[in-house]
Amino acid sequence: MNATAKSREASAELQQEAHWGYVLRLADTSLVLGQRLAEWIGHAPALEEELALANISLDLIGQARLLLTYAGELEGRGRDEDALAFLRDAPEFCNLALAEQPNGDFAHTIVRQWLIDAWQLEMYVALEHSSDTRLAAIAAKALRETRYHYRFSRGWLIRLGDGTAESHERMQRALDALWRFTAELFTPDQVDEHMSERGIAPSLPELAPRWSARVEEDVRMASLARPAAPPYPWHGKRGVHTEHLGHLLGEMQHLQRTYPGARW
Amino acid sequence: MSATVSDPQGGSRADAATVEARVWALLAEVPDPEIPVLSIIDLGIVREVRVCADGRLRVAITPTYSGCPATAVIRTMVRSALDAGGFPNAVLEEVLSPPWSSDWLTAAGREKLRAFGIAPPEGTVTSPRQLLGSPGVSCPRCASRETTCVSEFGSTPCKAHYCCRTCGEPFDYFKCL
Repeated sequence: MNATAKSREASAELQQEAHWGYVLRLADTSLVLGQRLAEWIGHAPALEEELALANISLDLIGQARLLLTYAGELEGRGRDEDALAFLRDAPEFCNLALAEQPNGDFAHTIVRQWLIDAWQLEMYVALEHSSDTRLAAIAAKALRETRYHYRFSRGWLIRLGDGTAESHERMQRALDALWRFTAELFTPDQVDEHMSERGIAPSLPELAPRWSARVEEDVRMASLARPAAPPYPWHGKRGVHTEHLGHLLGEMQHLQRTYPGARW
Repeated sequence: MSATVSDPQGGSRADAATVEARVWALLAEVPDPEIPVLSIIDLGIVREVRVCADGRLRVAITPTYSGCPATAVIRTMVRSALDAGGFPNAVLEEVLSPPWSSDWLTAAGREKLRAFGIAPPEGTVTSPRQLLGSPGVSCPRCASRETTCVSEFGSTPCKAHYCCRTCGEPFDYFKCL
């Protein structure tokens, strides 16, 4: 094999790895956020909000299943959705660090949800036109659901931000606490750039202003103050997580780890 | 004679069309597990019934919501309906594109929903009004437009919860989504 063929092969391998890694990132963010929302079941402040959080959780886990199944096929090592969800450790998870942040009070849950809903909205609008038709089909499906989620989280952001002194203060506190994780949302790395060059994924720097404008407008409507730019991006999508992910996985994976292969 | 379509040589396109019509009729008897007044045909999730060139029957269904727990149940029910109808070799596929939305509900399905006490979706998903808050929803009991959204999420992923201010009836609204 000559050097050119070798380098072509290496680059094909790299691209394939970037492709499955990219789909896995989308999957993990949905899965981890879905799991977080499910923690509210039995604890939400009102029955209607419990139903809402449970339903959004269900949609996110459904999206994660479609994405994980596809990621497993792209990887080509025989791992299915369950193997990917239940048998990987924290450093192998590549969700946005924002998604794994604890539920905190209702304000934290809503701010986290709204930031990610707005991000997913932009992502899915763009991914609907991906050159990868399978990913485009998943995005088109997820987009309708995401619009509804965003309407819910944005509604609460405004109602509570513009509500009583207490609700306003709690929302501002949540926004201040979670804002530092937002730099990661639109900071591209090699995988993002590879995918964008191939027309599979959108260019993150191009999407960023759309997200910022939307978020800016919502924050204004909610009478909240947008915090200063985060100093540096977190690298959840490269497997660098906060300490919270391990605890979440401990609970989510407990049964499969204790009784490998257990089925209903 | 067995109803399986297994002979690739035998059977013209006309025969295939007869078989396909029988399968559509068969599937019209499969209810949505969560809203049993609707069949899966009313729901608009059966995308294709086709006798392929190799003689095998192919049935394609699409999920409603990504996370709808009824999806797996529906697949099992379709499989048993095909088995019972004499099509044990049918290939059952799940397709994602084009994605399902409430626009796929048939007119008959919408009427069945209303008669059952569930308000059918108002308008179409593609209408720009949908992005601007809740549309007006009619009470399935008294047809009043004076209704209030109690919860944007209801008893299943496809429904929201409403209450009629005229007759006082609490009811489910099939989301326009």
